[in-house]
Order: sequence, then structure tokens, then C-alpha cells
Amino acid sequence: MAKSVLIDLTRCIGCRGCQIACKEWNERSVKPTTMTGNFTNPTELNSECYTRIKFVEQEKQALPVWNFVKDQCLHCKNPACASVCPVEALKKTEAGPVTYNFSRCIGCRYCMLACPFYIPKYEWEKAVPWVRKCTFCSDRIAAGLIPACVKVCPTNTMLFGEYDEILKEAKKRLTDSPGKYVSHIYGKDEAGGTSWLYISPVPFESLGFNMNVPTTKLPDLTWAYISKIPAVIGVVLTAGVISWAITRRNENMGKEE
Amino acid sequence: MKTEHEIKMWTPFTMLMCGLMGIGGLILLVRLFKGLGAVTNLNDRFPWGLWIGIDVLGGVAMAAGGFLIAGAVYILNMKKYRPIVRASILNAFFGYLLAATAITLDIGLPWNIWHPIFMWQIHSIMWVVAIHVVLYTTTLATESSPMFFEKFGMEKAANFIHKIIVPVVLFGVLLSTLHQSSLGAVYLIAVGKLSPLWYNSQFPWLFLISAVMMGLSMVSFETILSEKFFGHKADISILSGLARGVLITGVIYFAAKLWFLISGPGIAAAFNGSMEANMYLLEMVISVVGPVILLSMKSVRENVKSLLFVDVLVISGVLLNRLNVSIFGVYRDQAATGFSYFPTWMEFVVTLAFISFSIVGFKVCVKYLRVFPETETPH
Repeated sequence: MAKSVLIDLTRCIGCRGCQIACKEWNERSVKPTTMTGNFTNPTELNSECYTRIKFVEQEKQALPVWNFVKDQCLHCKNPACASVCPVEALKKTEAGPVTYNFSRCIGCRYCMLACPFYIPKYEWEKAVPWVRKCTFCSDRIAAGLIPACVKVCPTNTMLFGEYDEILKEAKKRLTDSPGKYVSHIYGKDEAGGTSWLYISPVPFESLGFNMNVPTTKLPDLTWAYISKIPAVIGVVLTAGVISWAITRRNENMGKEE
Repeated sequence: MKTEHEIKMWTPFTMLMCGLMGIGGLILLVRLFKGLGAVTNLNDRFPWGLWIGIDVLGGVAMAAGGFLIAGAVYILNMKKYRPIVRASILNAFFGYLLAATAITLDIGLPWNIWHPIFMWQIHSIMWVVAIHVVLYTTTLATESSPMFFEKFGMEKAANFIHKIIVPVVLFGVLLSTLHQSSLGAVYLIAVGKLSPLWYNSQFPWLFLISAVMMGLSMVSFETILSEKFFGHKADISILSGLARGVLITGVIYFAAKLWFLISGPGIAAAFNGSMEANMYLLEMVISVVGPVILLSMKSVRENVKSLLFVDVLVISGVLLNRLNVSIFGVYRDQAATGFSYFPTWMEFVVTLAFISFSIVGFKVCVKYLRVFPETETPH
């Protein structure tokens, strides 16, 4: 049931049509940026920018080459952000997107600490701030449409479909043309698996992908503690009652003597 | 014990603190109407800053003395500590008020602070923390209520609380054990972000142990200062007893920290000269190594001035630990992104205002309520 997207980095030409389509569909404004000597703009995702293209300049056989990396929420299968949200404002839906419900949010920003990809952004400048991130166009998916960025891409860099089929297609591309790709599907195991997958012509670390992301399900890390709480309650209450009983008995015995 | 009229309310220091509270209040008004960005330097890579590090994590750790002394007196029947039990509970109550108010104003949507009570999400440590703050602040209010009932001549209510005090205290001990440790558990999810000098899977229990050190030192600190400023007499045996508690906990804490360092990033990681390694070493020296060495000497444990010095070491050391975990420990990961964080002067003033509120509140209570009933001289 869960929808998924495969991003084939060999196909991207860096036109940034996806960046514009995303802004239009999600009614995002812009934030002032500065020239950094690089075409990547903005330099980081922000509350007005859910997706962007990173321009990575590299060398191949002593010649300069560009690689373009589409950057957005990966919509983890077991999202850390949703697991840490105290009020279920962030939620993994059955359709695939990790969605945000502002009416539940308290603004604690634990999602921002938890996300291994630094995706959730905050509206610091507003008196009534939202957490902002890529929605996987959950409204479009619900209406039977495909995400705005996928729709607008002129080179079919992104392939939208059911997770199982998308993963199968990613593996097929790697086996069909082994020289074209490095043999890694980013997102297959990262953070316990993500709904958005990447295949790349060059090693992912050279494109700035975070390779330190654990392959375990991140929510298990905190659940390891929460699941122990009933035992802690039992131990503390039992120890407390027993020590209370002993100290009282000792005192009463002392009095009798 | 000085009576109501002997404790001078408007000392220059108190006036300074009230001034800070006034300015802090104005800054918080700006924060409410203009947003967090208008008064803080928080940003997308540093979503939590000084208010979470000091006011919330620190404030809660400082309040640990409440459940420790209440537990020692009411559960373990250690009568020696009875003279300071009310003060410790009151101190904890103010610590929690500080933490609860700070978190309310730190979250983006303060008017939604009640959501976790009705919108349960039991997989979230933040939900666990929120429920604990609510329950334990209520428990502390119950534990300290007899002082207020006495003041207003409500003998029956005071007697009722006295009857149920043992289960209430036990409930408080349970909530504190869980709350202190769950604040550490918050960071379990930050694997790969938080430096391995601090991150490890047993984080929650390290927070609990260091909170015990902090709580006992805080009680000792405030007992010594109350003696000086409010004229109540504290027995040196109480202070040495607390010091022994800090010493034992400190040894356990040091052993645990050392073990996690060796089994985690390795000892060399603490000596590589980087900013985070230096912060780690500084924290270790102030919070545990220094205090344990000093307290192992009997002469230190029996000298009020030396004990005051050690208390200050432990309190600032554990505060530094909370700052390291919440700010310095995640710095390395951001270095390449160009993001950094240093609090604005307004964040500092608000933090000082919150601390002032706790101190002034405590002082008002000592002046008008029977916080140290055992040491009162008969009128």
C-alpha cells in the first residue's frame, strides 16, 4: 500500500523545476539567501523550502563534472520524528507520507533533534510557528495524483509507485547497468528503511549523504527505555514499601527495649 | 531561627533579583508576541538552547534533593534529616515550577501545553516527561502544602496530609526516579548527532545518578546558606551525612563514566584537544573528580566552608554536564554546515530571572512559613 519514490541521480540535470513546483503546490514563499560560490540555493532546507537541488562539483578523469542531488524528507518507514512526538502531530500514514498536524503540535521541536537527516524546520520568526517539512504531497496522493516534484521533472529522475515495485526497479537498474551506478541503494537500510530511495553514479558520501545514520529502527532506541518503565515502577514501589516496613519495625523494636 | 520580622525582605540582592524578574518578564512578552526568533538565537540546527539546558534539564536535576530527603526521612526513617525535609521539598517545588514555566515558554505554542495530557503518544519520551512534570509538580505541592495550611490555620487539612504523607512521598520517589532518567532518555534518539563522549545506551541512568549528586549538594548548599542568611542552625552531622552521600554517588558516577568512555569512544577521545574533549574534561573535573577527591578527606567533610565549596563544584559541574549534552555535544555535527549557537543576552536574562524567581520565592516562604520548624527557638 505504501507509496515510494526512487531518485535516480544519473538522470538529474539540475533544472530545479522540482524546487519551483514544490513551492507552488505547497504555497511556500522565499527566504533571502547569499552567494556562496556554489549554485546550491538555498544552502540549507528551511521552513519555506521543502526541497532543493544540491550542486556537487567533482572531477572525473581530470575533467570537472556536476552531480545534482535532490534533497527532501525521506519519509522513513519507522520515523524517529513521529516516534518522539508527544502528541502525534507527526505521523506515518499508511499511504507512505509522514504528515504533520498543526492542530496537535505544541512546538517542542523534539522532532528536529530526533531526525537523523535534519529535515524538520521551524518558523522561528513567527509568533504562531509551524514545523515545516516535505509532505510527500500527501494531499495530492490522497486525490490520486503524483507528488508535484515528480510530476514536473523533465528527465524522469523520480519514479513514483508502490514501495515493493520501486525497490525492485532500483535493484534491477543496479544489476542491468553495474558500471553506471555504485552498488548501494541509499534508504534501503538507512534509519531502518525509508520510503524515498536513491541510486547514484558516485559514492554517496562524496555527495554529502549522511553515512553515519544507523540501519536500526531509530524508535527502538527510545522504546528500549520506555518499555522498562513498568519494571522500574515495580522495583521502586517494592523496595520503598519493604524499606519503610523494615525501618518502622526497627524503630518499634527499639521502643520496646 | 530568625522570626518573620528579623529576615529583611528588601536587601539589595533581592531588589536586583526582582529587577531581573521584571526585565525577564518583558522579554517573555516580546517572545509571546514576536516569536522565539525575536529573543533567542535558536535555529534549525540548534532547536534547543540555554533555556532547555539550564532551566529545564538543570532545574529538574537541582530539584532532586526533594525526593531524596523526603525518601530518607519518611521511607527510610532517617530522623537526622528531619530538620531540612521541609526546605528540601520546598526547594524542589520551586525547581519544578522553574522547569515547568521555562518549558511552557520555550515551546513554540505555549497555549497548547496541555495537549500531552489528552493526546497520548506512549512511544514518545517527551510525552513521558510531560506527564511526569505534571504529576510530580502536583506531588511536590501536596508535600509542601502543610506549611501553607498551618499558616492559614487549617489544622484538619494539615493533619490529613500528614496521614497520607508516606504513600505520597513514595509516589514522589517513583516519579523522580523515572523523570530524572527519562530526561536523559530524551537523547537516546540522537545517536550519531550527540558526541560519543556523552552518548551511550545507558544515558538515562547516568542522568539519574548525576541528579542524585546534584540534589544532595543543592540541599547542602541551601542548608549552609539558610544558616547564614536566615539564622537557622543546621547540625554539622547533617552536612557531613549529605557529603558522604555525594561521595558514594560520585564514586559510582565516576566509575560509570569511565567505563562508558573506555567501552565507547576510548580514553584518547577525551584528550584529543578538540573543543568537545576539553568541555568533557572540564565537566569531569568539576562535577566528579574534584568533589570525590575533596570529600574523601574527613577534614573537608567536617568543615562548613569546604563543604560549601564542594557543593558549588558539584552544582556547576552537573549543570555543565546538562549544557554539554544539550549544546556542546552536538556542536561537532554542525561545524560543516555553518550553523552555530550562542545565546542572546535576552536568553541569559530570562534564565537569571527564572533562577531569581526560585530564590526570592524560597525566601518569602522562609520568612512567612515554618520551613525549619525543628530548629525554631520556643517563643
